[in-house]
Formats: sequence, structure tokens, C-alpha cells
Amino acid sequence: MPRRDDIKKILLIGSGPIVIGQACEFDYSGTQACKALREEGYEVVLVNSNPATIMTDPATAERTYIEPLTWEVVEKVIAAERPDALLPTLGGQTGLNVAMDLERHGVLEKYGVEMIGADADVIDKAESRERFKQAMNKIGLDVCRGKTIKSIEAAREWVDQIGLPAVVRPSFTMGGSGSAIAYNRHEFDELVLRGLDQSPVTEVLIEESIIGWKEYEMEVIRDGDDNVVIICSIENFDPMGVHTGDSITVAPAQTLTDKEYQRMRDASLAVIREIGVETGGSNIQFAIDPDNGRMIVIEMNPRVSRSSALASKATGFPIAKIAAKLAVGYRLYELPNDITRETKACFEPTIDYVVTKMPRFAFEKFPEADDTLMTQMKSVGETMAIGSTFKESFQKALRGLEIGCFGFGSDGTDLWGTEQQPSREEIVAKLARPCPERVHYLRYAFKDGMTVDEVFGLTNIDRWFLDNLLEIVETEETLRGVGSLADMTPELMRTAKRFGFSDRQLALMLASSEMEVRQQRLEWGIRAVFKSVDTCAAEFEAYTPYYYSTYETEDEVAPKAERLAALREKHAAGGTEAPAAPADGNPLKTVMILGGGPNRIGQGIEFDYCCCHASFALRELGIESVMVNSNPETVSTDYDTSDLLFFEPLTVEDVLNVVDRVEPDGVIVQFGGQTPLNLARALSDAGVPIIGTSVDAIEAAEDREKFQAMLTRLGLRQPPGGIARTTEQARRIAGEIGYPLLVRPSFVLGGRAMEICYDNAQLEKFVAEAFIAAQGQPVLLDSFLEGATEVDVDAIGDGEHVIVPGIMEHIEEAGVHSGDSACSIPPYSLPGPVVQEIRAAAVALAQDLDVRGLMNVQFAVRWEDAQPVVYVIEVNPRASRTAPFVAKATGMPVARVAAKVMAGVSLAQQGCTEDPVPSYVSIKESVFPFIKFAGVDIVLGPEMRSTGEVMGTSERFSMAFAKSQLAAGSVLPQEGNVFISVAERGKQHIVEPARKLHEMGYGLLATEGTAKLLEENDIPTQRVKKIREGHPNLIDFLTDGKVALVMNTPRGKGARTDEGRIRAAAVQARVPCLTTMEAVSAAVRAMEALRNEEMQVQSLQDRFVK
Amino acid sequence: MSYQTAKLALEDGTVFTGTSIGAPGEVDGEVCFNTSMTGYQEILTDPSYRGQIVTMTYPQIGNYGVNEEDLESAKPHLAGFVVREHSRVASNFRSEKSLSEYLQEWGVVAIESIDTRALVRRLRSRGAMRGVLSTIDLDDASLVAKAQGSPGLVGRNLVQEVMPELACDWQEPVSEWTFLNSEAAERAAAAAATATAEADGPHIVALDYGMKWNIPRHLYDAGCQVTVLPGASTAEEVLAHNPDGIFLSNGPGDPEPLSQAIETIQGLLGKAPIFGICLGHQLLSLASGAKTFKLKFGHRGANHPVQRLRDKVVEITSQNHGFAVDEQSLPDCLEVTHRSLNDDTIEGVRRTDVEAFSVQYHPEASAGPHDSHYLFEDFLQAVRKS
Repeated sequence: MPRRDDIKKILLIGSGPIVIGQACEFDYSGTQACKALREEGYEVVLVNSNPATIMTDPATAERTYIEPLTWEVVEKVIAAERPDALLPTLGGQTGLNVAMDLERHGVLEKYGVEMIGADADVIDKAESRERFKQAMNKIGLDVCRGKTIKSIEAAREWVDQIGLPAVVRPSFTMGGSGSAIAYNRHEFDELVLRGLDQSPVTEVLIEESIIGWKEYEMEVIRDGDDNVVIICSIENFDPMGVHTGDSITVAPAQTLTDKEYQRMRDASLAVIREIGVETGGSNIQFAIDPDNGRMIVIEMNPRVSRSSALASKATGFPIAKIAAKLAVGYRLYELPNDITRETKACFEPTIDYVVTKMPRFAFEKFPEADDTLMTQMKSVGETMAIGSTFKESFQKALRGLEIGCFGFGSDGTDLWGTEQQPSREEIVAKLARPCPERVHYLRYAFKDGMTVDEVFGLTNIDRWFLDNLLEIVETEETLRGVGSLADMTPELMRTAKRFGFSDRQLALMLASSEMEVRQQRLEWGIRAVFKSVDTCAAEFEAYTPYYYSTYETEDEVAPKAERLAALREKHAAGGTEAPAAPADGNPLKTVMILGGGPNRIGQGIEFDYCCCHASFALRELGIESVMVNSNPETVSTDYDTSDLLFFEPLTVEDVLNVVDRVEPDGVIVQFGGQTPLNLARALSDAGVPIIGTSVDAIEAAEDREKFQAMLTRLGLRQPPGGIARTTEQARRIAGEIGYPLLVRPSFVLGGRAMEICYDNAQLEKFVAEAFIAAQGQPVLLDSFLEGATEVDVDAIGDGEHVIVPGIMEHIEEAGVHSGDSACSIPPYSLPGPVVQEIRAAAVALAQDLDVRGLMNVQFAVRWEDAQPVVYVIEVNPRASRTAPFVAKATGMPVARVAAKVMAGVSLAQQGCTEDPVPSYVSIKESVFPFIKFAGVDIVLGPEMRSTGEVMGTSERFSMAFAKSQLAAGSVLPQEGNVFISVAERGKQHIVEPARKLHEMGYGLLATEGTAKLLEENDIPTQRVKKIREGHPNLIDFLTDGKVALVMNTPRGKGARTDEGRIRAAAVQARVPCLTTMEAVSAAVRAMEALRNEEMQVQSLQDRFVK
Repeated sequence: MSYQTAKLALEDGTVFTGTSIGAPGEVDGEVCFNTSMTGYQEILTDPSYRGQIVTMTYPQIGNYGVNEEDLESAKPHLAGFVVREHSRVASNFRSEKSLSEYLQEWGVVAIESIDTRALVRRLRSRGAMRGVLSTIDLDDASLVAKAQGSPGLVGRNLVQEVMPELACDWQEPVSEWTFLNSEAAERAAAAAATATAEADGPHIVALDYGMKWNIPRHLYDAGCQVTVLPGASTAEEVLAHNPDGIFLSNGPGDPEPLSQAIETIQGLLGKAPIFGICLGHQLLSLASGAKTFKLKFGHRGANHPVQRLRDKVVEITSQNHGFAVDEQSLPDCLEVTHRSLNDDTIEGVRRTDVEAFSVQYHPEASAGPHDSHYLFEDFLQAVRKS
């Protein structure tokens, strides 16, 4: 069946901002889907609120709407665009939910929009616990047996049927609190009674415990003829009980016999057929009892997912692309396998390597949060590694995490053999509780002489995995026994490299240096070779240049001359492969881009967006683009984003291996965030040609003295400050410049351990923390400009011209990390001359640093004696987090322009010598993961904690802000009660916003102090008790749904303070909570705007019409 | 633990050096590869691998050990076994021994720790090659010379080396793991036992050319009385059992030299419905007047897509064959029913004049997917109709 021609225009809904559980993978799948559908001649309409995505580039879809993802807003898009069909399965849970809301509210029926891929009933059947259970029973599959129970007697009867251990979950408690496992009758009774008491509806769910069972995932794809294939099986290293997003996972399944695997395959086919997903991909999770093989279906996602992105990267099979084509009528056997070309997409990939995915956590940003890994996902990113064996891929994955590990121990982070070496008790305790460090304690357990069975008894991690780790530890012992590089043998060196040991680890164990180890092994001919990811275990020739390194004998990457000749041939053949604007005579033929690695707070999709644009730019110029990255969620690791893709950890060793093979004429380190910058010096020293702004200039901007000298030279002002290598030095600087003082470690991104101190006590505490985070680097102390307005500037320089595409005024005042603050393009309150002064300063800085490519500068403007004074806070000669936002707000693809500059095409040659002038107001708002970390205080500070961003655009600031809030999921209420509580210094600013709220008809709630102030100003206010004043207090009001909005600016900070508890409770009750005066006044303006006019939607294509 | 070096030499002069994980010794044969990620035990005991040195493309082999239940015949039949890394532990509740123990117990020469992907790429581009696997002779030149002297598969009658000597009645059901849950498994086992006990199921004679046990297990589960006869039986011997249906099994090597088997089949056509698998398919085609040819490197794996031409449905199949039926040679009495989506070769045929059909792949799975199980039902339907 060929493509359907009864539909012409298809609506796709994206997944919105990056949050825990929904990251770049949906940009990857959505972008693939857009490309696939357009390739078939369909018109694609896209809605997504996240500007930092490739999918929201105006070139990805015909019609692109960066608008809030609510059904009401999407209805407006539907009304304007009148699509024929909606493909709901490629935008994650958010996209699916919006699609379901549209269906429920009759919008799809009203406008005659057909849901393709999976319809509403199918989605409901998969997502409704009860219907899913019935469906599974119908096809004879077991599900976890559970029952909701209202009395202890009934509970005892039920547990007789399911046996112990059993999980007891009180119904409707906040954040699912009170859940626990009962191992004996006594515990069971106790937990049930307590649970019934805790539950507001006196009800507990009692389930059989499958914690500790083996956990598997199957990625399944189905077409309209009912052909079903399995794309990939995944086995979780961490057994049941840990969310699969937080588990280390391995592909393919390792410990199933063919009989068991085929049974799981049969079950997967039965599930997708019974649920009725007509076409596309699904993910099905299973648990297996390791003692007897009993199989239980856990759940099914009737859409592409994080796991399907992983499966696509792990096998080379583009699930989202194929799913999109199946949705418009194609059959699997009609679609080619892109990688082999001669075979069809209707087959099951088979792989000849092992893939390990590891989660990356950010608990250091949320010290109050519980870091036990449970059924709610807590990780913020992931890395994937490919190796010939599990041992190799496991050690590579640890390197790829970029947490200071260079493998399984024996690196800079190893506690073994140090004073902090854990005792047996500590090891046992860590193993028994799943947490981010557990993986390291597995090694300590073996180092301490524990057996595989003992470790299994504590962790339930399959013995096969454990024995492989033990083999790594045994090899480590052998290596340590050698003691020196001079005593090494080539044989042992080869074994070590094949087991995934890094040069860094070997250097440490052999009392040598990383470069010496590298030199020695190269002399012995022990070098990494690169093999293809080809979907078919080499059975057919692969045409897709997607590679991983391993220590084997044969290398599959063609020599440079051969590759370039093939590229020239491809260009000569024309078509889509031909460069748009080849730069003739460019000495750069091959350029490598270093990606950003796993997502973390402070470094995520924005940098991947930049890396992708760099690659697109290079390809436009006819330059061979080579991507190196380790993040499976991303567009940059899609096999057709670059000419060559290397799925590798971003370490000096791994990158040099690729450089040796690829022989790049230039390497771009500017676009992947801090990750590649941290490698720049070592790579440059090893002779790697870094292009763009020089490494010296990058370092100069980070070097305090050089930076100060430059500012003096340029006549620019900087807040007084100093640099401390000891606490004593810090005290002296504090004495000189006074408080408040901003403390931060150098060479760290995302404001890690950055704090504002108001007194000596705070200084001592924060400086100590900063020294830990700085890892040997100095700590910076600056006078904190209280009450100042921050401004972010993105500029591009080519050595001749400098343009300033983005000047962003922050909404929140200085002190809130720029990554967490909302900001506006153009500036909304700064006077024109100040903006001009800032622009001029940015240009001067770019010229002085001889910036080639992007540069970001942070300024602060403070009114001193009624005069605005501009300070330079920080300069980063690299792509910033804001680059995609600037591009979407102004219509100038800044990352691409910058990449072309680095590749030798000047701004003038590109016709980009003028700043773009935005004709709309665009607001970027940040999105936070607080809902996942119950009890954490949400007050914003100098340490960045947001995971994602959204953008709202309108002709006016107020509506743009309203859109940005709605898009960030913080629904400004149309009516109801607003709770106000402000710190002393904000009191005078609250009166007018409060009056406006009252006039608009909102009820006001306040505690004693604020209430008194408002009443004095004739604003009627209802008083509520403070928490310590008893009940009913504000938390009771929140839980009862009597508060629609919280305005609470902090006096202090911390989860244990009253106000901290209020803010945390607001998050758990999903009530929007504003924590700065600036946000409060912007919100009140937005609430006024929402009453006076209707929110309008507009496509980027209309906005930037030429 | 001491490591015993082993070497694998190919006729083109390539030599791979690794470590022995099986018995000491030296074997020669055709070097081929299997792309299935699970099922090494079924592959080891599949008699069709007689005369072959089998390379697993999946690098981690032995992870779940070896058990009695998953055998496809009494012992390993392949000439040698090549893996990237064998597991020193066996982690599965059904495991009875480690892979290495099993290999040593049966005297299988096996090697690990070589660049298996490089080997596979060589076989893919140059075609299946003769090779020698040795732990005794470690001299490269000598090994290459031996590889060049190895007889290969073409023209050899390997069936006589693996077929049973005596007839037997088959009494074993399929593994309970074939079913989605234990209830379904129990129901199936009970039904099969009842049918067999009452002796009311159709009587199937299976001609064993090196049959994988999962085939008679499936027939038994379907309620058949199954008599297994040696592949060398004559038509008269078969018909003496008064079969309601005749099954032609899989088996090793080149089908063309098996003139006696072809003659037997010619004598059986039209007497009772016939169903053939793999070598049985090639023999049915030869008996019908078609020719076979040797594929460059064969189809071996558990992910091969096959399209059923009548309704275009695609089955993911288990395959293991180095020869195929030649399209050009098809007589009028043979109709193509299935084709490979990978290379378009014939995967199934049907006689247009008499009740007989066959497939090149393995509906009995083991190792591999169960998508093609319906073929057993088709066969029984034909048997019941006739």
C-alpha cells in the first residue's frame, strides 16, 4: 500500500520543554518525522513550545508554531491551518496528552482532523491501568497482581492470595508518599494500618512485589498490514524497582535463552495487536522472575519513547522515521533499510556489539532531595556507549557520563585506597539501596573481597553483569600488580584496552601519564579501530557512516582521500546532497564537531541544537562534517545529521582516537558547551587544529587577571572582586570589597556551588563548598550587585565585523542564575542609550578577544544615583544556552552563521553584517524539575536548576509573558485566591500589583505582616495562619485547592523554613508559585492582558516573512 | 586458568589467533556465520551445521549456559565454533552447565577472542570459505594449506553422517517456554498427550535427514502420531507405515548428491500430503525437476524477513541454508509461495498438481521467531482433507 493521498496536511505536536523524563529524544523523533513526511510530499504543521529544538527551526516544517502546548492553543493552530490529520505518537507523553485533550473536547471532530498512527481509544486502552489489565488478561499475559483495599481484614485476605513480600501504597498521598514493602506479616499489618490512616480516602493499593526481578524492554513496530517486528530488546542492569530511565540498561538482552526471548517476543506481538496500535512504534516493558522465569507485563507506551530513541541509536534503525511513514499508509516491506539500501525496513535488526546506557543525575543541585532511585525518574540525562563486549561498553559509558570517571574505578574519583575508602558496612548499605553511587560501590564490594553471590543477594543485579564487573576488577588487580609502564607487556595492554580501560586509568595504575600510556600502546600497534553500526551484524554492506571505537583488528572507516572523493562525487551528482553554497578553495575539507555529551542541568539541548547547526553549515559549504557525541537522545547523533558520526565518550583519549582516523582540518569546540571546551587545551597541545576563537582567547576570558586587564584596556567596568585559592585569601577579599558577595568556583558551568553571602558565617560555609566543586581550581569572589538588572548578549565575530543578534533583558534581578531567569528580546525596560552602551561593550570585547564565531556576555545594569551603570559580569567566547532562543526570536540562525564564520566564510560574504531587528517581543521562561524532588525549596538563586525552556512571543510584553507562563505549565488563574507573602525589602513593591489583583476580582490571602500592609492600603485581605500558628494554615488551603496562585518572595532559603515548605507544597499541589518581585509584576501585567484580549497564535514562517 | 591458543585459518590465507574454549584438536570445514543474538545451544545441536565451522556474530555467547531442554539433537554436529567472547558464568535458572563445559564434554573445537566482525565481513565479501580451526597446529602456513585442502560442502553427502539408523516413534512435546504462560503450556501438553494416547491423530512419517527435534515436537503437539524414519528410506518403506502425511526434514549440506532421497520423494508425491523444511524443501524442488545452487554466503540467522506472496504478509524467520532453489529452473508444477525480502530468493514452493509444499526456512523456530508456526497447521489441514 503506497502513501495515502487523501491527506495533505499533517499536524505534529512536540513534547515542549526539557523536563525529567522528556528530553531531546522527542526533538530527535519529531525532527525525523517532519523530514520523513515532507519527503513524501506532505505539508507538516508543527506545534512546540521549546525554542531550543531543531524541530522548531523554520526549515524543518512548512508551518511552525512555537506556542504553549495546551489543547486550547493547539485548537487555534488547527483552526488556522485546518490539517487533515494529527500524528500524536511522536511528541512524547505531552504530545499524546494534548492530542487526547483535543479529542476529548471535540476539537478533532469539529475540524475533521483524523488521528493517525494510534487513535484515542487505542491510547486510552494502553494508558488506562484497568483497561490495560483487562486486555492483558484477555490474551493470557500476567500483570502485576494488585487490589485496592479499605480494611485490614480485606488486606489480610488478599495477601494470602499474592503472598509476601507485598507493596503497600496508600491512595492519594502527596507524591505517592508512604509506599513501602512488607516482608513479613507483622510489617504488613503495620504498613496497611498506617497506610489506611495516611490515605485521605482510607484506601491502600496492595500489590505483589516484583522488586528485584529482571526488567526488560522491547521496542516493537507495526504496519497497517499487521506486520510486526522487534527493533531491539533491552535488559536493565538495575532490576525492577528502579525506573528504567534511571537504570543502567544494556542492549540487546543478555541473559535470556532463545526460548525465553521468543516468548517475550510473542508476548510483545500479542500486546501491540490487542491494544491495537495501528501503525508505528511502541515500547513494552516486562519483568521476569529470575528464579522461575515467570513473565509479567509492566506497561506499554503506544508511542515512540526515550527507549525507542535509544533503540534507534543502538541498532541504526530509525524508528521515528519509519513510524511516520507507516502512519501515512506505507507498509514495512515497502520501505528501504537506509543503512543497507538493498534490504527492506521489514526485518529485525541484529547487532554485533553491546550497548550500555547510563543515566546522569543532578542531585548535587538538590541536596535536600532523596537520592534513592525508585519508580519515579530522577535522572536528567544519559550517555550511551558501544563496545565489542559488555565490559568495554560499560567502561566507555562511565567515561561518557563526564562525572570525572574514566572507567570502572582507578581514576581521579576512586575512593579505594584513599582515606575515604568505604568500610564493609558502608559498602553493604550502599548496595542495598539503589542510588547514583551504587555502581561505584559494586567495585568496592569486589575490591573488599565480596563474592558475586553476596553482591547479588544485596542488589539482585544479574550475576552475568556482576561477573563481568568482577572480571574488570580482576584485570585491574593484574595491572596494579605490574606497577609500572616499563614492565607492561603488549599482551596485557591489549587485554586491558579490550576490557575498556582508558589510558587515564592505566596511567594511574602504572604510575605514568595518560600521554605516555598512549604513546607506548601506539608503539605496540594497539590502537582503536572503528566499526559500523549497520543493523545487520555485517551481513550486508552498510552505507551509513555511523561508527564506534573498539580494540579489534579491522577498521571500517575509509581513508580521508577516499571519503573526500566520494563526497565530491555525491556533490557532483546534485540533488539534496549538493552543497548550497560551496566555498571554493576552502582549505578546510573535513571538520569535526565535538558535542555536549549527556544532558545535565546547565548543558543540554541548546548545545546540541548548536552542534547540529554547525554540521548543517559545514555540509552547506561542501565540507565533510564529522560529529562526535555520546548522547543517544539527540538530533546530533542521528545518522544523517553529519557526514560521519562517531558515537564516543567525549574525553581526550577517545577524541584523539577519532582525530587519528578522520584527520580533520579543523575541530569545533565552541558549540558543545563546557564539555569540549574542557578538552580544548589538551587537544590543542596534542596538535589538533581547533578552529574559531583561539584556545588562548577562550582561556583569557576565564583568566581573572587577563580579563581584568582587558576590561581596563576597553574602559569597561566590572564588579570589584578577587580570586582565592585558600579560605584565608577569600576572607581577605571579603574584607576588602564587603558584602553582599557572590562566590563561585571557576571553570564550572551552570552556577554549580555558586552562592551569595551576606555575612562572614555564610562566607565560610559557601567558600568551603565552592572549593570542593572547583576541584583544585580557584574560587572567584565578586561584589554582588543587589537589585541590578542582568542582560545576556549573544554576538558573532569574524575577525573583521561583529554583529549582536541578541540582547536579552532578564526578568529576575541579578542573583538568579541566567539559565534560570526569564528573559526578553528585545529589552523591555532598559533605556535605549543603555542598550546601545551594552552593544558597544559587547562589540569591543569581541574585537579584543578576536572572536571567530559566537560569544556570550553577561552584563548587569544598576541604578546608582539615578544613573544606570553597566557592569560586565562574564564573557564566554563560545555558543551559549541562549543561541537557539535568539535564533527563534530574531529569525537569524546564529549558530549556523557562526559555524560558517569558523569555516572561513566572513559575515560580509554571508550577508550578515547588520543586527537583526526583532519586530515582536519574545520571552524565554525556564522550566524546573521540582515536582520530581518532593520537599525541595524552589527559590531561585545563583545555582542553575532548570532543565528546560519555553518561549512565548507576541506583539506586546504582557501577552508574551502570559504565553511563556502557560507554556512553562504555570497556569495564571483567571479567578480564585492569590496568596501573597513578601520579604521586607519587597513590601513597598507589592501594594500596586495587589491592588490590581483585587480590582480584577481575585481574592487575596496573606499572613499577618503582609495582610496588615495591604489593609493599610485599603486592599481587602483574608488572613491565614502561618504554619507554626496551627491549622488551618496556608498548606491546608493549598491542599484543599483553595489557592490558585502563590506569590512568595524569600526572606531565607531552605526546605526547612516555613516559607520553603509553603513553596514546596505549592509545587506538589501544582499551584503556580512566583518567587521574585519582578515575576510578580510581570505576571500581574500578563493576567490583565489575558482578561482584555485573546491569545493569538502565529507561525514562524509568517513572523519572519521576507 | 591457563589459556590455550587456538587459530582459525581460511583458504584465502587469513589467519585469526584466539583462545580455545572447547576441546583441544583440529577440525576443518566451511566457515559460515549466524546472526542470531540468542539460541547458540540450538545452533550447536542443529545437525544441518554438519561440516561447518560456525561463527556467532553476536559477541557475548554462553551467557545463559546450556540446558537439556533446549537441545535440537543429542549432540553438537558442527565442525567448529567461533565466538568473540564466551561467558565464564552461566546465568539463568534453567542452566545446567556452562557453554565451555558442554563444548569440552562433546569434543567441540572452539575459539574465542578473535575479531569476529572482521571474519564475517571477509565471508560476506568473498563468500563462504573453507577453513581449519586448530589448537594443535599453530603454524599459519600449514593451517592455510590444510584449509585449502579441505573438501568443502559441494557434492558431499553429509546427510548419511547425521541421520538416524533406526526408525522411532516420537513422544516429546514442545518446550513449555513456547507458550505465553504456564497455563497454555499445560493445556497444550495435556491435549497432545490425550491425542497420542487415544491414537486418533493423523499418522505422520518424518524422513530424518538430520532433523531438528523441534519439528517432530510440533507435530506431536498438534496431536499427530509421528514415526521418524532414516532419510535414506525408500518410498516403499515409507508407505509401509501407511502415513496420512509425509514430512521431509532439514539436514546438512548440498542437496544435489542426495539422489536416493530425491527418488524416494518422487515415489511419494501424490500418495500423501508432503511438507518439507529447508533441505526437505530443496529435495522436494529437486524431485519436482528444479535445480539448486550454492548461495554466496548463505542465510543463517533469526531475523530473515520472508514474504508470503498470497497476502503479502511478512514473517520474520529462522534460517540456516547455504543452498537455494534456482528460479530459472522451476518446472510448471512448482509455484513460488514465499520469497526472501532481503535478496528475493525462493523461500517456499507448492506443487500445483499434488498436495505438497515446502519452505526454505524454519517454522519450528528454535532458535528464532514463531511467526511461521501456521505452516504446521496448513500441513495438518491438508492431511485431514486428503
